[in-house]
Amino acid sequence: MPERDVYRSEAENQWCPGCPNFGILTALKQALQALAKAPHEVCLVSGIGQAAKLPHYLNANFFNGLHGRAIPAATGIALANPRLTTIVTTGDGDCYGEGGNHFLHALRRNPNITVIVHDNRVYALTKGQASPTTPVGTRTRLQFSGVEAYPIQGLATAIVHDAPFVGRGYAGDIEELANLIVKAVSTPGLSLVEVTQPCVTWGEHRHDWQSWWKERLTPLPAEYDPHDRAAALHAALKGDYPLPIGVIYQGSSRPVFGTSYRNLVGDGPLAELLPLEKTEIQQRLARMRWPRKEG
Amino acid sequence: MSDVQVAIVGAAGEGIQTIGDAVSRTILSSGWPVMTTKEYESRIRGGNNSYRIRIGEEPPRSLRERVDLLLPLNERAKEHYADLLSPGGAIVELPFAKIAEKEGGSKLYANSVAAGALIAALGIERRALERVLREAFSSKGEEVVQANVAAATAGYSVTEARFSLGTRDEEHVLISTHEAIVLAAAYSGCRFISAYPMSPSTGIITAFARDEDLGVFAEQAEDEIAAINMALGASYAGARAMTATSGGGFSLMTEAVSLAGMTETPIVIVLAQRPGPATGLPTRTAQEDLLFAINAGHGEFPKAVFAPADPPDAVVKTIRAFEIADRYQCPVILLTDQYLADTHFSYDNFPLQEIPPIERFAAPRRILDYKRYALTEDGISPRLYPGQSGHPVNVDSDEHDETGHITEDLRTVRPAMVKKRLNKSAGLRREIAPPEGYRLEGAETVLIGWGSTRGAIRTAVDRLRGSGKAVGALHFTELWPLPEFTFPSGSKYITVEGNATGQLARLLAGEYRIEVSEAIGRSDGLPITAEWLQGRIDA
Repeated sequence: MPERDVYRSEAENQWCPGCPNFGILTALKQALQALAKAPHEVCLVSGIGQAAKLPHYLNANFFNGLHGRAIPAATGIALANPRLTTIVTTGDGDCYGEGGNHFLHALRRNPNITVIVHDNRVYALTKGQASPTTPVGTRTRLQFSGVEAYPIQGLATAIVHDAPFVGRGYAGDIEELANLIVKAVSTPGLSLVEVTQPCVTWGEHRHDWQSWWKERLTPLPAEYDPHDRAAALHAALKGDYPLPIGVIYQGSSRPVFGTSYRNLVGDGPLAELLPLEKTEIQQRLARMRWPRKEG
Repeated sequence: MSDVQVAIVGAAGEGIQTIGDAVSRTILSSGWPVMTTKEYESRIRGGNNSYRIRIGEEPPRSLRERVDLLLPLNERAKEHYADLLSPGGAIVELPFAKIAEKEGGSKLYANSVAAGALIAALGIERRALERVLREAFSSKGEEVVQANVAAATAGYSVTEARFSLGTRDEEHVLISTHEAIVLAAAYSGCRFISAYPMSPSTGIITAFARDEDLGVFAEQAEDEIAAINMALGASYAGARAMTATSGGGFSLMTEAVSLAGMTETPIVIVLAQRPGPATGLPTRTAQEDLLFAINAGHGEFPKAVFAPADPPDAVVKTIRAFEIADRYQCPVILLTDQYLADTHFSYDNFPLQEIPPIERFAAPRRILDYKRYALTEDGISPRLYPGQSGHPVNVDSDEHDETGHITEDLRTVRPAMVKKRLNKSAGLRREIAPPEGYRLEGAETVLIGWGSTRGAIRTAVDRLRGSGKAVGALHFTELWPLPEFTFPSGSKYITVEGNATGQLARLLAGEYRIEVSEAIGRSDGLPITAEWLQGRIDA
């Protein structure tokens, strides 16, 4: 960590004591430090939920918008100012529930953003309902006889759509998570980092989460090839414990959202482009004029 | 003869658009101003559709209900539109396909036969049509050009002239309101549009995408929610940004309209109205979303709602929309409708004013401790964009303090922020133009309209004045916030609106305490015309 924490925010933290979100926050700061990003070069984008409050606790630009809509907002931000490092901090409900459609279409569009999904498998802010990633059978404060719907496979979905970077991290291992975020941010296009992050208030293993998860997560083996899509799908879909963590997939290189437009207008912030000259508009009006001039 | 209206009628996919465009361009090429409009069913093939062209000595600003020439492309359409023909009018009918096959070598040229017949009936030189066809088909090679010209000539030569328009020495620009919005947006420095295709708004994003030299990034979103949130992201990041949609799509956008209000992010939204509720009549016209637009978004925040009356007014309103969105850091809605989207008007001189210079962003070097929501007297805080300087720019949809961080301080911060946001409304209201009066001197009855009906209402007023009725008009094109305005006293007020419930009447009664004696509404999906309106006043 830097001598002086340039990312330190003055805002009062509203997370529960002991929440693994603190680990994710530390990992993100470490990653930004490693990437040598100044606060004004970073833009954090979020929706609603506990993960979505993270931008308040890290000194950088932020756009804390609507529930589920962080990805479209981030897509617009990254297009409008490609010099920013645009990072979405979202949760399993925000990203895969309310914002599920946007997640799918971001995979098609490939904006140059990193999406960090805090996956705690529960709706915490609304007090304990099922989320799109809650395991089948889990009894919750709303699904009293157990969840019937199958969980969303966020990582596998990203792999199916050939996302440039797909990884799973763990909020309890800050160093590894920071490394994963560095790799994700360094990859052009859409990077997905799903972070296994137990909920200390509503989660199933809220009291013994550290020891419980320790046995249920394992690093990918050294010989694992993240460019092998079939192997990546297999790893992402692995339902029984232990779950693999690390870089699960690195997709083929493909154009980042807005490339052809950027070829026309350059890579600066759109805010700095000058408006069209009046003559440009007059020429177009002349094309709507009849009769045509001879010649 | 100085006023002729024609209609080409048939099924979708039969070539109505091709014929209509060729004919209207030929008329324009002969120096005559026209007004053209389309009326169609929501289907890709079949149904009954029409393309109407009105030709006048002066550029027409309202349609007539009936036509002098009817060109049907099939028997069903002929029957369906039989009522359109005015007494003394003529049906222009030929075996178009048969003639095309004989003279051009293929049925494909039937449209040119039809165009030739209509141009002959209007008494316009054949050569004018030939030039238009040449331009239209030049990219397809000389053979195609020749075949079309031959087909047109054949249709022309066997059709009797019903009118003798001939040639005039005038030039006109033919433009629709949505085309005007696109040009004015690019001219205003708009750099970003994201939209989901929805009639009648789709033409706007399409026009940006087609003309990439306008420099506006155009993205088809997965839904209207994504469309407006992307645009808000782009706007926060410093781009002038917009979106365009219609009723149902706008319903999906309303949460983000509120987000724009809370985060104080500028955005321009074109809301092209069509009849509702729900899917309603997708390809027809209405003015049903006035109160919806004004009230769109939960919570209380300033916004502006403009309703351009025609293409030149759309240029004025679009430039103002971007300017006001930036200056007051709020959403601005441009209310149009299917009639404005699909109607082209002629102008001998199309005005294009200068863009007012405004400082869109604060000067970061003069700021020591940047607060995105710094409390100011007029409620307008210094805006920076992320990456502009070393100052991070923090915006939040939660209630926030001056720095953009979440707050639950109900004692001081919340009241201050409510006041700050609403203080912007006072300045905004002073910018709003009052309604435009028309022939108000001695008017016993004042017709009050808004948006697209201006041409029809003024034409009706002229006619009613001609028949000795003391009628005048007031027209609103800037509807929210409502401007300071004193209504002329002693008149009877009647609103004229494309809806069934008198939305403007209710708005005016509530805001100005005036008594509106009647709301004349049209809600069958068709545009208000001068004739239709006259019928309501005479009755």
